[in-house]
Amino acid sequence: MEKFLAWIDDRFPLTKVWEEHLSKYYAPKNFNFWYYFGSLAVLVLVMQIVTGIFLTMHYKPDTALAFASVEFIMRDVSWGWLIRYMHSTGASFFFIVVYLHMFRAMLYGSHRKPRELLWIIGVIIFVALMAESFMGYLLPWGNMSYWGAQVIISLFDAIPYVGPVLSEWIRGDFVVADATLNRFFAFHVIAIPLVLVILVFVHIVALHKVGSNNPDGIEIKKKKDANGIPLDGIPFHPYYTVKDIVGVIVFLMVFAAVVFFAPELGGWFLEHDNFVPANILQTPPEIVPLWYFTPYYSILRANTVSFLLDAKVWGVIFMALSIMVFFFLPWLDRSPVKSIRYRGWIYKTALALFVVAFVILGYLGTKSPQAINLILFPNVYWAQIFTIVYFAFFALMPWYTKLDKTKPVPERVTK
Amino acid sequence: MKKAILILLCAALPGVSLASGGEHVTLNTVKIDLSDMPSLQRGARTFVNYCLSCHSLSYMRYNRMGQDLGISDELVKENLMFAADKTGELMKAAMTTEDAKKWFGTAPPDLSLVTRSRGPEWFYTYMRSFYRDEKSSTGWNNIVFPHVAMPNVLYELQGQQRAVYRSEKLESVVEKDGKKVKKVDEEQVFDHFEIEKPGSMTTQQYDESMRDLTNFMVYAGEPAKLVRYQIGIGVLVFLGIFFVVAYLLKKEYWKDVH
Repeated sequence: MEKFLAWIDDRFPLTKVWEEHLSKYYAPKNFNFWYYFGSLAVLVLVMQIVTGIFLTMHYKPDTALAFASVEFIMRDVSWGWLIRYMHSTGASFFFIVVYLHMFRAMLYGSHRKPRELLWIIGVIIFVALMAESFMGYLLPWGNMSYWGAQVIISLFDAIPYVGPVLSEWIRGDFVVADATLNRFFAFHVIAIPLVLVILVFVHIVALHKVGSNNPDGIEIKKKKDANGIPLDGIPFHPYYTVKDIVGVIVFLMVFAAVVFFAPELGGWFLEHDNFVPANILQTPPEIVPLWYFTPYYSILRANTVSFLLDAKVWGVIFMALSIMVFFFLPWLDRSPVKSIRYRGWIYKTALALFVVAFVILGYLGTKSPQAINLILFPNVYWAQIFTIVYFAFFALMPWYTKLDKTKPVPERVTK
Repeated sequence: MKKAILILLCAALPGVSLASGGEHVTLNTVKIDLSDMPSLQRGARTFVNYCLSCHSLSYMRYNRMGQDLGISDELVKENLMFAADKTGELMKAAMTTEDAKKWFGTAPPDLSLVTRSRGPEWFYTYMRSFYRDEKSSTGWNNIVFPHVAMPNVLYELQGQQRAVYRSEKLESVVEKDGKKVKKVDEEQVFDHFEIEKPGSMTTQQYDESMRDLTNFMVYAGEPAKLVRYQIGIGVLVFLGIFFVVAYLLKKEYWKDVH
């Protein structure tokens, strides 16, 4: 066995890679609950790829056959229903996990120096994930798939001069049609997954270069023992592999509970209108994207004033901005400390307000703008208020993070 | 001119929303129990006898239904198959789309997923909400789905019912010449049904029969539902045991981390 390993090592750095990234990769010993979501995101990615391969074996990307082929999978393919529900539930859980993973970074300053590039790669992964799920949502060819795609692609119309040509180029037709379905299928099953896998690999390479952050937001590499091993670090394998297995099982229990007992989750994971085949003549009463897009959809619809440009154009600009702004987060934050543990009340309040704004915008994105689902005003006014809160969190960050009173940061990690 | 049209349109809006209707009707709850095999079998029989001539279950196969509901292939052939030759065929309606368009003005929708898109409560209430309406071309109308093209196919069982309305005062504040004025509208609101001519079933029997049909439609919408819950419990139990093992392993390893 040892001889065999030596033979391999002469030709491929197997032992070196194993040691560098697992058995001798030193991670801070004080990871908490929030540090499960990175490995869980990898788990969901693998699960989506594997279930996706099996779905591709039976799915037909053809407007005349697509809807029926999904029902064929649900009924006539052995365990097809399970594969499909795992994939549809996996899509929503991917976003849950990624949102929590990003929130963790905002809690403990994981995007701050020297991890700016790591964060930027992560945001690119997030954008790729949005493209992936948007295109995947068209494939069942339900009525909401169809109209959702129609509405989102028509957003490109808002771009001055080139808009209409651009959206026609994206669709490959004047409306969402067979050509659109085929190209979305191609992007969904190979182009974007390939990009995602490569980006995730790069993300991990970048992480292992700078080392993991931790809930105290201090660099464990600053305090090393005689052998050059961080005093507060423990080898990722076996310590975090066994710990992550526990996290994986708990995650799978929640996941299985949804897959087996509530795969539609009351219309949040699979929309009711998507059980009707796509119909170009019948618009659903309310065209609503799936929950993970609704905060941005709310921001899009909150722009109702035509100032210099058409309100719709402003909506698209602000929606794009609401995602792009994440790229600048490492430089917007000017606090001398990273972790929320040592920050003052201002950042804590700001982050809490941001979370509230994000959740309420998400909720409002599923409702009609004119209806009153919160108190007093129609939804669109609330959406405007929380859009302002959303952007204020980023726009004012350079000032309030500097102003905020911080506590002294300890030399070594705490429990 | 444009403004005038807009105002007219807005004024017509409440009328439009009333005419499309349905939203104002409270849907009745219905007990769905997929372990109740006799109920599913009765529902299947009702569907095949009364619905399948026009409505397809085009993702469902006869033999699959037979296997799931504990009906042998022979029995399926004898009692449930009128529009197909082989038990492996899909449950397609006997009527063609062209004929349907000629007769009803529209093609009857496929019903495989109706309880998934509209919900079992909607379906159950809809099936019990047909009433006589001389103004409609079929002589029938439906409270849940106003001006539906479908006549009450089950009138022999249910009998013929009449909708009874009560008038309700609707108060609203409208602006008139710049002043806010209270406006009172009389509105006819649906109250209840009255059987005019009884059918072969009592109301209770008919409701029970429609509950069976709804139960069957829920099954037909997702046959995997018959096994999904049981498998789910098994998976959760397995993960529960796995959790204990994994947790103990983690604890053992982490003993030496201080």
